[in-house]
Amino acid sequence: MAKIIVVTSGKGGVGKTTTSAAVASALAMRGFKTAVIDFDVGLRNLDLIMGCERRVVYDFVNVIQQDATLNQALIRDKRLENLYVLPASQTRDKDALDQEGVKRVLDELAETFDYIICDSPAGIEHGAQMALYFADEAIIVTNPEVSSVRDSDRIIGILQSKSRRAREGGTVKEHLLLTRYNPERVERGEMLSVKDVEEILAIPLLGVIPESEAVLKASNQGVPVVHDQESDAGQAYDDAVARYLGEDRPHRFLDKQKKSFLKRVFGG
Amino acid sequence: MSLMDFFRRDQKNSAAIAKERLRVLVAHDRLRNNGPDYLPQLQRDILEVIRKYVEIGDDDVVVNLENQGQTSILELNVTLPDQKP
Repeated sequence: MAKIIVVTSGKGGVGKTTTSAAVASALAMRGFKTAVIDFDVGLRNLDLIMGCERRVVYDFVNVIQQDATLNQALIRDKRLENLYVLPASQTRDKDALDQEGVKRVLDELAETFDYIICDSPAGIEHGAQMALYFADEAIIVTNPEVSSVRDSDRIIGILQSKSRRAREGGTVKEHLLLTRYNPERVERGEMLSVKDVEEILAIPLLGVIPESEAVLKASNQGVPVVHDQESDAGQAYDDAVARYLGEDRPHRFLDKQKKSFLKRVFGG
Repeated sequence: MSLMDFFRRDQKNSAAIAKERLRVLVAHDRLRNNGPDYLPQLQRDILEVIRKYVEIGDDDVVVNLENQGQTSILELNVTLPDQKP
């Protein structure tokens, strides 16, 4: 039975698509057959981050409306053979997703896949609610910044009240992923710490992804950042997925890097 | 801590301010979004009743609802102004 994981945040621009691409890739690298679906209908971007934008023929809405089969629309990743991308439609709007149609697609995927990652659009409207409705688990992507934390709390509330599991009296298992973390600024008292965010949101911490140049480099190239195992962000995503799968990995990149004597004296 | 930080140190730590603001805001949001529909009105009514006797601000009445298993606890915090002798 496939596990459905929604990657969501409420706020836009915090790293949902980067996270969806990295998590899906890391699961596939470990041998799990994984599908990643772009729910951001009208503003599709997952295909760009996955580097498959030129191979999109059919999309999620085509499959929902039965203009194409799932197999026609799924794009096989060029690096990992058991990873598939289901792109969003660029021309439709979010209301093109109906609950029945989404369910049919997820049920069909669940027959053959181990993991289904749902990349949610920003906001709390229809598209975001469709992305989280059928989820078994949720990765809440949060930046250490007031508006992002507030929006995350809001989306957690929606998961706990409007998801299918919530409606059936169960719970969606939540994981906090703190992204764009800057330990130097935390140490200077300019940024909320991991502990601060954990205390406010009160959900278990899956991982902390440091603010990293590697993320932009990865999106420039269309290669999910977890493939860049030299980079701090790539390693942090790999740790997070290992932890998700039950490995005991200590959190790295939480402390300031050691600086030279001159830097310590003059700052910078 | 660098030399520059040393001189900046007297400024208030902005992360601490962020955390405090969030703590208040999130509690408020949770109540409004997840609590029963009558709570905002209840809060306004309580405010009105107290104002018949004491002048208090909009933020001086804090209503909280906590669920503990089968029971819900309605917690009411009213901050009264300093007593004038």
